[in-house]
Amino acid sequence: MAQNYYQKEIETMPIEEMRKLQSEKLVKQVKHVYENVPYYKKLMDEKGVKPEDIKGIDDLHKLPFLSKADLRDAYPYGLLAKPLDDCVRIQSTSGTTGRRVVAFYTQNDVDLWEDCCARAIVAAGGTKSDVCQVAYGYGLFTGGPGLNGGSHKVGCLTLPMSSGNTERQIQFMTDLNATILCCTPSYAAYIGETLKEQGYKPEDIPLKAGIFGAEPWTEEMRRGIEEVLGIKAYDIYGLTETTGPGVSFECSEQTGMHVNEDHFYAEIIDPDTGEVLPEGSKGELVFTSLDKEAFPLLRYRTRDICVLSRKKCSCGRTLVKMAKPMGRTDDMLIIRGVNVFPSQIETVLLNEGYQPNYQIIVDRVKNTDTFEINVEMTPEKFTDKVSNIIAMEKALANAMKAMLGINPAIHLVAPKTIARSEGKAVRVIDKRKLV
Amino acid sequence: MAIKQLTVFVENKQGTVVSITDTLSKHNINLRALSIAETQDFGILRLIVNDEATAEKILKKEGYLIKITDVVGVKISDEPGKLSEALKVLDENKINIEYLYAFMARTEKHAYVVIRVENNAAAETALANAGFKIVTEADVDKL
Repeated sequence: MAQNYYQKEIETMPIEEMRKLQSEKLVKQVKHVYENVPYYKKLMDEKGVKPEDIKGIDDLHKLPFLSKADLRDAYPYGLLAKPLDDCVRIQSTSGTTGRRVVAFYTQNDVDLWEDCCARAIVAAGGTKSDVCQVAYGYGLFTGGPGLNGGSHKVGCLTLPMSSGNTERQIQFMTDLNATILCCTPSYAAYIGETLKEQGYKPEDIPLKAGIFGAEPWTEEMRRGIEEVLGIKAYDIYGLTETTGPGVSFECSEQTGMHVNEDHFYAEIIDPDTGEVLPEGSKGELVFTSLDKEAFPLLRYRTRDICVLSRKKCSCGRTLVKMAKPMGRTDDMLIIRGVNVFPSQIETVLLNEGYQPNYQIIVDRVKNTDTFEINVEMTPEKFTDKVSNIIAMEKALANAMKAMLGINPAIHLVAPKTIARSEGKAVRVIDKRKLV
Repeated sequence: MAIKQLTVFVENKQGTVVSITDTLSKHNINLRALSIAETQDFGILRLIVNDEATAEKILKKEGYLIKITDVVGVKISDEPGKLSEALKVLDENKINIEYLYAFMARTEKHAYVVIRVENNAAAETALANAGFKIVTEADVDKL
């Protein structure tokens, strides 16, 4: 497959050259932050690090980390590195897990963000001949504005739909022959189901590609979306704290996301010790903004558990690849000493033909952790024989054991009794009193 | 020949069965027979009703997980040893019983047994050959 790049020189830059570029940018960025952000200066002073100690990427590990807690402490202006006069935009997180994060952008910041999204669109096969339907939410949420800007830069005809109103989405998609759809994977699946219900076959749908992100999704979900919409589905990753979508993006190989590392330097660390881990190790993903002016986070801990790889990619890009995050350090459970990520449970459920709707209940009885998972019975699997249902529970428990390394008790429950994800379902009930 | 059984997945929660029977009675569905198999987690409610198509529709609408299963109905006279005779026939024909339940008719001197096996036709043939009366859907409607 012929490859197109949005910024070929950067995207295919030899690794040594990239490292040199990153080092130059880092030295400048650390100085900028130290001089303009008292909050960060204090952190560096406490750690005894001066800007002159940072001579390149190899010195990055000397810098202190930033965490979500720092962002909350510094709300709203504490991490701002440019006068407000130079800022042109804010974006914000939903704030569901505490105080919201407000990120500031200068015009250059917006430009580099949109470039990142443009790289993602081109990697998904987008050109100026495409019609790009952006069905991420517009507003404070970064999804809509980011992909909208990227689509403009590529020169696609952009349909700024925002999310929701599925009937209208479908009408514009089919009337205006949208070829690229950008939205959350769950919304893509929903649009696909609705199209199917309305009698559309994949070959009747004009779309050829989708760029989906902003929430965790599995390979199984990808296959389902690709099938129902008749497209190739690409993953995109980002977070408001760093910039928004486009921090990393998938190429035609679909084996991980290329990090736009000329702007965002990625590290993997041990979440307990903070030690930087070698390539290929699983750990917490940390990003350093090398170019951002207004809100340049250094060594920001994402809480996403991930692996980086520099294996040669068939698309020709040399940008480091990150695996789909395997979970988050903050929703990781340790049960009987084993790390369990809810995303692993979701994968097993989809593989075994169940809905990815579950509830994990962990307790401690006589000093031993108990581990139960409630899973909804499906109409396809339901039978009148008790023995069959018990066998299904056992089979599912075995599949979980194979994936997780520990054996849960599976309880099949009636459909729709576990709240759906729109309602921010409580996936984990941990009754252990460990403090 | 087989008769239709409604099979409903019920959680072990207070009030589940009564809400099902309530829903059915509101729609004038008459129960002929009922059995519950239960485990620690869930139960399976099995019903023979006068109008299983309507019953299925209304329960589905209420969100229940429901399935129609073919089962064998056999009529036996209400006297000691008759059920054993019927079961021996199945045993001799190496027909394995998954579950069964029985109910009495209101007027006649007969009992009805509902039997779930893997192969309904084989069970019906074996029982019919041994002189047992196989119950049909039409018979159920008349009960």
